[in-house]
Amino acid sequence: MDILNALVAFLNFVFIPAAAYGAQLALGALGVTLIYGILRFSNFAHGDTMAFGAAITIFATWALQAAGVSIYPLPTALLALPIGIAGTALMVLATDRLVYRYYRQKKSDPIILVMASVGVMFIMNGLTRVLIGVDEIRFDDGARFVIDVRSFREWSGLTEGLALRTTQLITLVVAVLVVGVLFWFLNRTRSGKAMRAYSDNEDLALLSGIDPEKVVRLTWIIAAALATIAGVLYGLDKAFKPFNYFQILLPIFAAAIVGGLGSPIGAIAGGFIVAFSEVAITYPWKKVAEYLGFDTGSAMLQLMSTEYKFAVSFVILIVVLLFRPTGLFRGKAY
Amino acid sequence: MSDTGTFGGRGSRDASIVNKKGRGEIDGTRRSGPVRPAPAGDPFLIGENMTGGYGRGPDILHNCTIAVEKGEIAVIVGPNGAGKSTAMKALFGMLNLREGSVRLNGQDITALNPQDRVKAGMGFVPQVNNIFPSMSVEENLEMGAFIRNDDFRGTMEQVYGLFPILKDKRHQAAGELSGGQRQQVAVGRALMTQPSLLMLDEPTAGVSPIVMDELFDRIIEIARTGLPVLMVEQNAKQAMNIADKAYVLVQGRNAHTGTGKELMENDEVRRTFLGG
Repeated sequence: MDILNALVAFLNFVFIPAAAYGAQLALGALGVTLIYGILRFSNFAHGDTMAFGAAITIFATWALQAAGVSIYPLPTALLALPIGIAGTALMVLATDRLVYRYYRQKKSDPIILVMASVGVMFIMNGLTRVLIGVDEIRFDDGARFVIDVRSFREWSGLTEGLALRTTQLITLVVAVLVVGVLFWFLNRTRSGKAMRAYSDNEDLALLSGIDPEKVVRLTWIIAAALATIAGVLYGLDKAFKPFNYFQILLPIFAAAIVGGLGSPIGAIAGGFIVAFSEVAITYPWKKVAEYLGFDTGSAMLQLMSTEYKFAVSFVILIVVLLFRPTGLFRGKAY
Repeated sequence: MSDTGTFGGRGSRDASIVNKKGRGEIDGTRRSGPVRPAPAGDPFLIGENMTGGYGRGPDILHNCTIAVEKGEIAVIVGPNGAGKSTAMKALFGMLNLREGSVRLNGQDITALNPQDRVKAGMGFVPQVNNIFPSMSVEENLEMGAFIRNDDFRGTMEQVYGLFPILKDKRHQAAGELSGGQRQQVAVGRALMTQPSLLMLDEPTAGVSPIVMDELFDRIIEIARTGLPVLMVEQNAKQAMNIADKAYVLVQGRNAHTGTGKELMENDEVRRTFLGG
């Protein structure tokens, strides 16, 4: 029995990867939940907006690298992030102008905007692939590890190693900063409060002198920033591949719905719940169990193979919709 | 909502993809037309010979005239479906007038959209959906003052002075308050713009008689400060008791007009409308 080794194995294989993944999902879900709360529809194009934002950031990263700019040990992509955000913001504002505004002014049912967003998803999906290609791109050029397995073993004397990659730490730090700024913005600033007022009651917001189009523009810009940051962090952590962003849409929606659509705090909680469930269910617990003194024989103690990780989001989604459709933190969907 | 019935309305009921909470109905894109000077000698607010209805629908108002003088409480009463709320919405620019005009404080504002009428000095409290439910009481008041660029803390203190309970609950979400307290938030929000006229659409709908009396007391108090109040009311007797002027509408037309007292003593009004 060796509790310390079990703990380190748990941290290394479950906690750290799930926390980083959870932060990425939370940032994605925040964007989805903001659009749902304020623009009143589920934006299926959000995953591909993340891909588009990451692609623009990669272009900017390449340009910076070519110019010899480096912020080692941090990845250059962090420096390129503002350019990616600006490009993505322009893109979503153009989309709004060309697609969504028409339906909004016609006061179409929100379901029509949902369907329109599916169309936007396909266009943006194609556009990203035309621009940057379909292959996997690695663009994390900073230091690889904050803590690596060997030096951890030497330092601690344990058999089990612990690795903390730079991208994982960056993901967590950036996520905390972004969430902090977003909550401060929504709860403390005049524009943030105007957005919440518009989300609560459109007509009364209009009669209070809040310009609806300004609120809509601001919402898109914030959603674009969140999508780009989430997309870049995900790409840094795993690798950039346009198709992955299409797939990640499911866990993101699961996260937003688990937390309660329209509730920012719920989106964060939901992101971590989905990520931890996904990792915990697909991780073979054999090693941890053996450190704790259980004889597992030949069993791997893996509930599901990693190929089925998306099934986890599905199951969580179904369970929540069946038993608590408003989400853990009562969102706007009640 | 032009597309109600898309996909048989099915997708529109799925709250996991569409959010229908707090959706608006006012067309915020309508631009205001020009403001013209009004003829001299007008009342403070007058909607004169208003004829019109919603969208392209039939006329609901027929030659209806409503006026409020400075420092007065005017009430619009009438049976169900008489067009009381419609008359108020017409004054507020929420329906198209085919005929007639609306003049406020020496200006013809017939061509203004509702947002600009608020800026012109109208404070409007809708009958329902008149608060921001997930925001705190204080944030509701702040949103009321959104168009102001000066320091509005003095006005907020006045509102708290008028409705002390709101000060106690200022950090609580407005949607968690009781019906009467919500109405206080709604009135307070409208007062935050420092309007030159307060318009209330059935402020006592759905509140208990005790709360209703309390609300009427507050409204009288507001009127005493010199702010003219126009109010649509279901509870005709109480409303006429406090009214300087009352309009009885029947089928979108002015049926009786006079001081509250006169109308209370009018046999026809009593018989047909106040129930004896």
